[in-house]
Amino acid sequence: MESAKYVSQKISKTRWRPVSYSSLQQPDIFVTGSWDNEENKVSVWSIGNLGSSGLEDGFEGDPQLICEQKHDGDVLDLQTMSICKHWARAHRYPSDNAPSTGVACNSPEIVTVGEDGRIIVFRADQEGVVRVIENADSSTLHAVTYLRTTEVLTVNSIGQLKLWDLRQQSNSPSQILSLSRDRVPLYCVDRHPNQQHIVATGGQDGMLCVWDVRQGNMPFSLMEAHSAEMWEVHFHPTNPDHLFTCSEDGSLLHWETSSPSEMPSFLQGGRNSNMTSRSAMAPAGGNQSIISAWLHGDSSKSRLETTHMLPSQTLSVNSLDVLGQCLVCGTDGEAIFVNRQVPV
Amino acid sequence: MEEVDVEPTVTNIPEIRHGKHMGFAWGPGDILVYETHFKPSGYTLSGPGGSFIHKVRKDEDINSPILRKLFNESHHIFVGLQTINDDLPSKSKRPQFVSISRNYRSVIRACMEELQQVAVSTRDTEKGTQYGNQVSILLAIELIWNLCEVLFIDAAPAGSLLLHLLDWVRLHKADVDEKAKDVLQSDSPAEHHNYWDVVVSYVLQGRLEEARQMLVKQATLQPASRNMYKLMDSLLSKMPFYNPGGTQTLTEFDVKWRNWHEEVDRYLKDNTFASNRHLELICKILVGDEDTLLEQKELLSTWYHFLVTRLLYSHPTVKPTDLHYYAQSCLTMFLDSRSVQEPLDSILLAAFEFDIYLVIKDCSIVLNNWWFVAHLTDLLDHCKLLQSHNLNFGSNMREFLLLEYASGLFTHHSLWQCAVDYFDHCPELGRACLELQIERVPLDTERKALKVLRICEERQMSEQVRSICKIMAMRALRNNRLGSALSWSIRAKDAAFATLISERFLQDYCAKGTFSDLDLIDNLGPAMLLSDRLTFLGKYREFHKLYGEKRFKEAAKLLLSLMTAKIAPRSFWMTLLTDALPLLEQKEVIFSADQTYELMYCLEELTSSLDTAASGGERPMQEEDVEQTKVELLRLSLARNLAMAIVKEGTVET
Repeated sequence: MESAKYVSQKISKTRWRPVSYSSLQQPDIFVTGSWDNEENKVSVWSIGNLGSSGLEDGFEGDPQLICEQKHDGDVLDLQTMSICKHWARAHRYPSDNAPSTGVACNSPEIVTVGEDGRIIVFRADQEGVVRVIENADSSTLHAVTYLRTTEVLTVNSIGQLKLWDLRQQSNSPSQILSLSRDRVPLYCVDRHPNQQHIVATGGQDGMLCVWDVRQGNMPFSLMEAHSAEMWEVHFHPTNPDHLFTCSEDGSLLHWETSSPSEMPSFLQGGRNSNMTSRSAMAPAGGNQSIISAWLHGDSSKSRLETTHMLPSQTLSVNSLDVLGQCLVCGTDGEAIFVNRQVPV
Repeated sequence: MEEVDVEPTVTNIPEIRHGKHMGFAWGPGDILVYETHFKPSGYTLSGPGGSFIHKVRKDEDINSPILRKLFNESHHIFVGLQTINDDLPSKSKRPQFVSISRNYRSVIRACMEELQQVAVSTRDTEKGTQYGNQVSILLAIELIWNLCEVLFIDAAPAGSLLLHLLDWVRLHKADVDEKAKDVLQSDSPAEHHNYWDVVVSYVLQGRLEEARQMLVKQATLQPASRNMYKLMDSLLSKMPFYNPGGTQTLTEFDVKWRNWHEEVDRYLKDNTFASNRHLELICKILVGDEDTLLEQKELLSTWYHFLVTRLLYSHPTVKPTDLHYYAQSCLTMFLDSRSVQEPLDSILLAAFEFDIYLVIKDCSIVLNNWWFVAHLTDLLDHCKLLQSHNLNFGSNMREFLLLEYASGLFTHHSLWQCAVDYFDHCPELGRACLELQIERVPLDTERKALKVLRICEERQMSEQVRSICKIMAMRALRNNRLGSALSWSIRAKDAAFATLISERFLQDYCAKGTFSDLDLIDNLGPAMLLSDRLTFLGKYREFHKLYGEKRFKEAAKLLLSLMTAKIAPRSFWMTLLTDALPLLEQKEVIFSADQTYELMYCLEELTSSLDTAASGGERPMQEEDVEQTKVELLRLSLARNLAMAIVKEGTVET
């Protein structure tokens, strides 16, 4: 069950500290970043491992503050890495500093994007900037994620997804995708953990879009999710049939999709070479079993269940992170919610 | 001007030198103060003036991180309260209101405990005293709120009233339990020096069961007085307490109680307990003897404890309406000539007199923050306890207090988001206040601007939406982020700004010869229709694309339509015609005869208007020459094209 901990700071980002997959431990440490304070902080919290599963409700100890660190300006994005460095003034306008809005890590490389439309690449072991893509976008880049080790995907204020190949020296994207209708600004993007061509985005109108980057210019499916801006979208890292979104309207949704065929979802995947051998076993759904459950534009073919995860109406939920069975989210009501028994 | 209720407090500004004149300016929640150069006559103080501006703020609580939790949690409760269904009559909603009141109180207690922990553990003495002060204020607030809950919200009738008041007193006199714990943990509790204090305190609070358990320990030590202790024990066990859920009526209870009271009185008059002064004391308390109770001032420590104890042992069936007689007399009796009546005492007295307005007014004066009065008044209003008491400017008291509180919140760099909900629930002036305040929230990042915009859009505040979008768009434009600027003007549906942006693009093109930000122009989509200039920009880019793909006929058609449909601004026609030149000069005839006529018409229109403009204006000779050459080139190409077109159209293909 959810319990709110009030922390006297509006939370803009929260992330679990990663645990290795080999140990079956549940994550117990998370980091939050605040915003809109005169002095913003990055704080590390622990929810203490109370050991066994004897307790019925996941309502164990409140998060306890371990340490905190001052931060200039609002914390707009967080990623966990094992090294810490500080690059100042990376994003700027001609006369002023520009806010940096998103960061993605693929150790040891770090990519950041900002309101100045630049993409900047750093390396954890180097002091200076490795590469700058100037004027990558004429509008603000809101989020960035790694698609493959050499490719990143960015979303911007005019509703476009741009694919960048970092091996190439050119300053233009290798691919641009956008909705053919209104150019609604996109604020978040996340890649499917196993199938690298599937990407989910959320934007100003609260619609959840799932895209197939290989095919065409159009999103594969559009789902009405929230009544206000969607701030974050996350696939569950180990169980990608589950997706989580959070929004300005104060709700956190848990999306669960189940595929039409009887085959468990981990057997389905983008391995087209196995199509012939599988079709003998495939039910009437035919080769749809190869396509991930997320790419079904027609919701009658796959069942999609949505549940609200927060008990009551709150101010905007700015950020969420999910790892294993644990979900943490932070709101503008200066509260952190931790749920340790997410049904995945 | 009205009389001032209390003397205003004086605050010294440390940096400003003594004797200097200060200037000031009001802000939304504070005052800016500075030193002036004004020298009254005969003053010789000289030297450089102070160069600081001081910000003087009345309310420090808003910046305390622990109290912030109070503001946020109570905001949550407040919003929940507003959404309670109004269909049901207020009687059946009473338990809900009581539980909401308890929620508020538990939030106050949680804050208090946290503050207490910090106050104890901090090493900075100044901060320690500050925290200590905040704790005592919160204690007082909770005390008042609890009493208001008992008297106003729960509105217990005679009989249960006393029980509730007993609970109230017990909750706020925690030191008895601490003392009792000490005594019980000692080796011989009955010989502990606080033993009798604990027993008497239990009796004063009506906790007779616990008193009996303690007395048993004493009884075992004094076997000789066993009978006396047994008697006392039976008296204590027989005292009747009213049971609201039971079948007994109030009158029946009253009769029973009087019988018991007479019995105790008889034992007292018979001097049954005369040999043991402690038991005699307890007996006198049970009888409700005022002088004895007054002697226990130290154990009672407050006049309201005295009041409740006195009522318990002399008028347990007290009616709410009679409460204030006893309250006033108890207060007078308890305070001797040395102690003065404190603000808290007058507030509690006002509560006992059921004068809600006086309670709220006194609280507003004493506290430096509107939090308490705003939330309490709102809850009381929901219980329909406040008749609409109109103030000078026409809105009722609840709304006034909520507006004051919310305006105070708005000055905080972070809590302004909570304040929005408060404004929403002030029907008369809330919206207007919100409109004024929301425009003044500083917009440092896009994300903050987006949140503010969402607030405005949800409430259909289109003026504010347009103004905020314009601010962000101008900022983007100044930083040369044309795409951002365009997305802001699309959101505001601001056609004028979109036109401005398109002009910038076109200027860039004229200056550099190529388009910048192709990713934006190529993908305008339906946004193109926002402004004519934007449409032109999109179409012009399309023309370039068609030309690049060598689809000359379509390109030509598009180019012409841009001029004839008057989508292109006049100032750009020259450029368009110049773009037509390569098409005219192609070996293949691209423009038909009709099209060529139209082009010529356009050229004539352009030159005639240019002439009229040129005759008045001063243009350098070189520019005029260039223009003249261009026009002549065009005329030549058009003529040649016309010739070829006529020939081609007139030829019959064989």
